[in-house]
Amino acid sequence: MANKKNANQEVVVANDDVDEFRDAGNVDTWAEGVPTRKAQHFWPSAKRLVGLLSPYKAGMALVILMVIAGVVLSVIAPRILGKAMDVIFAGSISKGIPEGTDVSAMIEALRADGHNDQADMLAGMNIMPGHGIDFTLLGRFILTVLALYLVASFFNWLSGWLLNRLVMKVVYQLRKDVEDKLNRLPIGYFDTKQRGDVLSRVTNDVDNIQNALQQAISQLLQSLLTVVGIVIMMFIVSWQLALIALIALPLSGVAAGVIGSRAQGMFTRQWKTTGALNGQIEESFSGHELMKVFGREQDMVAQFTERNDDLYDASFNAQFVSGTIFPVMNFISYLAYVGIAVVGGLRVASGHLSLGDATAFIQYSREFTQPLGQIAGMANMLQSGIASAERTFELLDAEEQEPDRAVAQLPTRTDGRVEFKNVFFSYSQDKPLIEDLSFEAHPGHTVAIVGPTGAGKTTLVNLVMRFYELTSGSIELDGIDITDLSRADLRSKVGMVLQDAWLFGGSIMENIRYGRLDASDDEVIAAARATFVDRFVRALPDGYDTIIDEEGTNVSAGEKQLITIARAFVSDPSLLILDEATSSVDTRTELLVQHAMAALRADRTSFVIAHRLSTIRDADTILVMEDGRIVEQGNHATLLEAQGAYARLYQSQFAGAAEDA
Amino acid sequence: MLVHLIMKHSKPYVGWICAVLVLQLLTTIATLYLPSLNARIIDKGVTLGDVDFIWHTGAVMLGVAFVQVLTAVAAVYFGAKTAMAIGRDLRHEVFTSVTSFSAQDVNKFGAATLITRGTNDVQQVQMLVVMGLNFMITAPIMCVGGVIMALREDPGLSWLMWVSVPIIFVVVGVLVFFLMPLFKQMQTRIDGINGVLREQITGLRVVRAFVRESHETERFEDANAKLTRVGVQVGNLFVLMFPLIGMILHIATAAVLWFGGHRVDDGLVAVGQLTAFLQYLLQILMAVMMGTFMAMMIPRAMVCADRIGEVLDTEPSMTDPVTDSPAQPVDGTVVFDNVSFGYEGAESHVLSNISFTARPGQTTAIIGSTGAGKTTLLNLIPRLYEASEGRITIGGVPVSELSRDQLSRLVASVPQRPYLFSGTVASNLRFGARDASDDELWAALEIAQASDFVRAREGELDSKVSQGGTNVSGGQRQRLCIARAIAAQPNIYLFDDSFSALDVATDARLRAALEEPTKDATVIIVAQRVSTITGADQIIVIDNGQISAQGTHEQLLETSETYREIVSSQLAAEEAA
Repeated sequence: MANKKNANQEVVVANDDVDEFRDAGNVDTWAEGVPTRKAQHFWPSAKRLVGLLSPYKAGMALVILMVIAGVVLSVIAPRILGKAMDVIFAGSISKGIPEGTDVSAMIEALRADGHNDQADMLAGMNIMPGHGIDFTLLGRFILTVLALYLVASFFNWLSGWLLNRLVMKVVYQLRKDVEDKLNRLPIGYFDTKQRGDVLSRVTNDVDNIQNALQQAISQLLQSLLTVVGIVIMMFIVSWQLALIALIALPLSGVAAGVIGSRAQGMFTRQWKTTGALNGQIEESFSGHELMKVFGREQDMVAQFTERNDDLYDASFNAQFVSGTIFPVMNFISYLAYVGIAVVGGLRVASGHLSLGDATAFIQYSREFTQPLGQIAGMANMLQSGIASAERTFELLDAEEQEPDRAVAQLPTRTDGRVEFKNVFFSYSQDKPLIEDLSFEAHPGHTVAIVGPTGAGKTTLVNLVMRFYELTSGSIELDGIDITDLSRADLRSKVGMVLQDAWLFGGSIMENIRYGRLDASDDEVIAAARATFVDRFVRALPDGYDTIIDEEGTNVSAGEKQLITIARAFVSDPSLLILDEATSSVDTRTELLVQHAMAALRADRTSFVIAHRLSTIRDADTILVMEDGRIVEQGNHATLLEAQGAYARLYQSQFAGAAEDA
Repeated sequence: MLVHLIMKHSKPYVGWICAVLVLQLLTTIATLYLPSLNARIIDKGVTLGDVDFIWHTGAVMLGVAFVQVLTAVAAVYFGAKTAMAIGRDLRHEVFTSVTSFSAQDVNKFGAATLITRGTNDVQQVQMLVVMGLNFMITAPIMCVGGVIMALREDPGLSWLMWVSVPIIFVVVGVLVFFLMPLFKQMQTRIDGINGVLREQITGLRVVRAFVRESHETERFEDANAKLTRVGVQVGNLFVLMFPLIGMILHIATAAVLWFGGHRVDDGLVAVGQLTAFLQYLLQILMAVMMGTFMAMMIPRAMVCADRIGEVLDTEPSMTDPVTDSPAQPVDGTVVFDNVSFGYEGAESHVLSNISFTARPGQTTAIIGSTGAGKTTLLNLIPRLYEASEGRITIGGVPVSELSRDQLSRLVASVPQRPYLFSGTVASNLRFGARDASDDELWAALEIAQASDFVRAREGELDSKVSQGGTNVSGGQRQRLCIARAIAAQPNIYLFDDSFSALDVATDARLRAALEEPTKDATVIIVAQRVSTITGADQIIVIDNGQISAQGTHEQLLETSETYREIVSSQLAAEEAA
C-alpha cells in the first residue's frame, strides 16, 4: 500500500517539504484492516512477547492454575450429570416393576425369553422395584454438579479478572516504554520512516498485542485444556464411543483446513478490492471539483461500477465460503452425534453403558467442537499479535541518539555566539551534504540562509539544534562545544519558529505557554501583544480559550504562524531559528508575521531561513546554499559585488519587483 | 431510516430473502428434530431393547442431519448474495449521488465525511444485513420452534422456559447495556492517546526544540492511565459474561433434571423426552443470547443508516440545462456582470458586485488576502458554484445554460492544492484530454517544466502515481497538474495560486513557456507572489469580497493603496511600516 520511497528521497522530503511529509503519513489509512501480517521471526518474537508478562510470574501462575482447575471441574461435571440421569432412568424403570419383585429372577426370566440385551441392561442398573426415583440421590448429584459448575465459573471469572489486570498493566507499561523510546530516538529515525508507519506501531500494533495477550493466551490455554480433558473423559466413559467422536476430529480438521484456506484467499481478494474501491471513493470525493471541471463523472461512475461489481463478487465468495464452515462443522458434529446416539443406544440397550453415560457423552461431543473452532480463531489472533509485537519490538530496539555527555553547562543568560568549525555532515554516507563549513555568528547578529528549495537550509539550522550529529568538526555556543552540553540545556537557550506551524490540540493560551510552562497569563498575553496575536485572539468568541483543533478551521494558517512566534517569544531565548517561508499566508498577515519576527529578533543571535529581501539585505551574514553546500558567505553588498550565486539569485528573484517598488 | 433503507434496497432481492427464510426455517426444523429423534431412541429403542428401531432411527437422524447441512449451506449462499447485493447497491447509490452533487453540496458535507459514508457506513449496514440474515432471523425461528417442540415433549415443564428465557435476556441485556457505553468511551480514549502520539510525532521538532519531552510524557501518561482504567472496567464486565451465562445454562439444566425427574416419577413424561426437552431449552437460550448480542450492532448501524440517508436525500443543487439546441459560446471571453456569491445560510456574501471581463489572449490576475474570495471567484467560472446574484457568461452564453460537458471542454483549471489521481502519469494527464497522443502529453510536460523528472521516473509516462499524488514532491505535483490543464487545450485557463511550490527560476521558465499555448486563450491567475503577476494585462485586487482596484501593475502602483501595501509587504517590510 505505502509506496515506499527510497531513504535518500525521504531525507530530502523531510528537510524542506514539511507538507509533503505530512501527506505521506496518511498513506496507509486503509492498511489497518489488512489481513494478518506474518511475523518474520515468529518464535523469538513470541518468546519476547510472553516475556513481557514475566514481572507478574506469580499472578500468571495463579491464572494458569485457576484456568486448569476451572477446566477440570467443568469437564467432570457432565459425567455427574449423567449419573443423575441414570438415577432418573433407573427410577423410571423401577417404578414399572411391581414392588417386591426379585430383580435377579426377573433378569433370569428375560434371559430365558431370549431378551439377553435387556437383561444385561437391567443388570447394570440399580433397580429398586416399585420405588421410583431416588430423589435424595438425584438431589445430591444435582447439587454436586451445581457446586462444581459454580466453583468452575468462579475460577473462570477470577482468572479472567486477574489476567485482565495483569495484561492491562503490561500493556500500560509497554505503551509507556514505547513513548519513552520515541523521546530518545534521533530525529533521523523519523526522517527515514513514514509517519503513519511509526504511528501505527505505537497505536494499532500495541492494541493488537493487548488483544493477543488478553484473549489469545487465556482462551488458547482454556480451549486446549478443555479438548484434552474432554478426550480423557470420553475414554473413561467409553472408549468405543470416544473413537467415534474422535473420527470427527480429523474430519473437522480437514474441513476447516480446506474451507479455511479457500476462504483466506477470498478474503485477501475481498480486502484488495475493498481497498481499491474505497481508494476510488476517497479520491473521487476528494477530487470532486476536478472531476466536475474536467467532466469525468461518467467515467468515474463507470469505473466505480466495475470495481463495485468486483467487490460484490469477491465479498460474496468470501462470505459464502467462510459461511459454510459453520454448517459443515455442525454437520460433522451431528454425524458424531448420530453415531453416538446409535452406538450409545445399542450399548445402553445391551447393558454395556448406562444411559447417563450416553447423555454425558453427547454433551462431551458437543462441547468438543467449540474449543476446536476457538483454537483456530485464536491461532490467527495470536499470529497477528506476534507480527505486531515484532514491529513494536523493532521500534523499541532501534538505535537511540547518543546519550548526553553534559560535561559543561551554560549560564542562564548566554551571549549567543555561535561558531561552526570545519563542520562536515551528511544524512547518508555516500552523499556528503555539508563539507568543511566554518563561520561565526556574533552575539545579536542575524545570519540569513538563502538558496533554492532543497538546498539544505533546514539541515543547517537543525545542526544548531543538535537534531543531527555531525560527521566531524564542531559547533560551539559561547565557546562551548554543543556536544558537551545536555540537549535540554542547549535547546532551552534556542527559540525556533518553523515553517510547519505545529500547534497541539489545546487552547491558544496553552499553546503559547508551551514556550515556557511557568509563564503567567499576563506574560503570555504580553508575548501575544508583542507578536500581534492578541489582536485576532480578542476577536474570537472564546478568546485565549479557543481550542485549536486538528482541522484548525477557526484559526488561519497565518494566525497559526503568529501563535508559534508568540510561543518562541514567551520562551525568551538567547538564540533564534526562524523559517520565513510563509507561502500560504495572505499578504496582510504576512506583514504582521514579519513585524512579529522582527520583534522577536531584536538583540538576539538569529539564524533565518530567509525569503524576504528586507531580511536578507539587513542580515549581518548571508549564507548562500546550493545543493547542500554553502557556496558563498558575506553580506549583501560584498556578495553583490562578487557577481556569484547570490547576485544571480538576487537578480532573478527580487531585482525586477524591487525596482518597481 | 435503517429499516427504510434496508427495506427499500432489499426489494429487488425479495425472492432471495424468502429463500433464506424458508431455508433457515427448514434448517431450524431439522436441528430441532434431531433431539426428538434421539429421545425416541432412548424411550422406544433403549428402554424396550429394540435394536432395529435404534438403527432405523439412527438412519433417519443421519438423513435429517444431511438435509440440515444442505439447507444451511443454501441459506448461507442466498444470505451472502442478498447482503452483498444490498451493500453493492447502497454503495453505488451513494457514489452516484455524490457524483451528481455540485461542489457546493460536497462542501456542505465535507469530503471526509462523504468518504466515510460511502465506505465505512455502508459496510456497517451491510454487516448488519449479513448478521440479520444469518443470526437474527434464526433466533426467533429457533425460539418459536424450540418452544413448540419442547411443549410437545412436556408441557408441564414449560414454566422453566418462561423463567429462564427472560433471565438470560435480562442478564445479557444488562451486560450489553453497561458494556456499550464503555466500549464507546474506550474508543474515545484510544483516539485520545493516538491523538497525543500523533501530535508528538508530527510536532517532534517543536517538542524537542522546546525541551518538552517530559511535558509530553506527562500528557501521554495521563491518557495512558485513563485508557487503562476503562480497559480494566471493560475487562471486568467482559470476564463476567461467560461464567454468568454458563451458570444460567447449568442451573437450567439442573432444574430440568430435578423437576423433570419428578414428572418422570409421576409417569407424566418419558426419560428420553426429558433429555430432548433439555436440549431444546439449551438451544432456545443460546438463540436468545446470540440475538441479544447481535442487537448490539443495531444502534451503530442506525447511526450509519441515518448518515447514508442524508446523502441519498440530498438533491443536487445544480443540474444541466435541459435543451435540445444548446447555445454555443462564440469565444472564451469571460464576463462577470455584477456577480455576488454567498454560502447558503451565511449572513454576508463572500463576493459582492463583481464585474470584469477577461478576454482571450489576455492574462487576468487576481490578488488579495486569504479569505477574500479569490478561489470562490474562480470556482464560479466552471459553475462549480452558482452565483447568488448577477450573471457570468462565457462567449456570450450564461454558464448556467452550458452543459457540464461543454463547460469541461471550455475550461481547465489548476487547483490550489495540487491533486492527482491514482494511476499513471499519462492517465492523469489524459484526465482532461482523453484522446491526447503521447507526443501531445510530452509537449504539455515540456511546457510545465515537468518533462525532466517524468523522464527520470521509471516507466516515464507510465510510471505509477499513488492516490492524491503523494509519491511525487509538492512542486512536481503542481507541475503535473499544470501539464494536465495544458493537455486539455481549453479556451479558458484557471490557475489558482498554482506556482507557489515552484522555486523562482522554475516559475519564471514555466510562465515563459506558457505564453505560446495560451496566446489565444483566456488566462485567469490567482496569485500570492507579486512577481508572478506583474506582467498581467489586468490585475484585479480583491479585498473583503469586493473589487477594490483594477488595472495593470504600473497603474495600480499609482492608484491603489491596498495594492501598494501588498507589493511592499513582499519586498521590504520596513518601508511599509
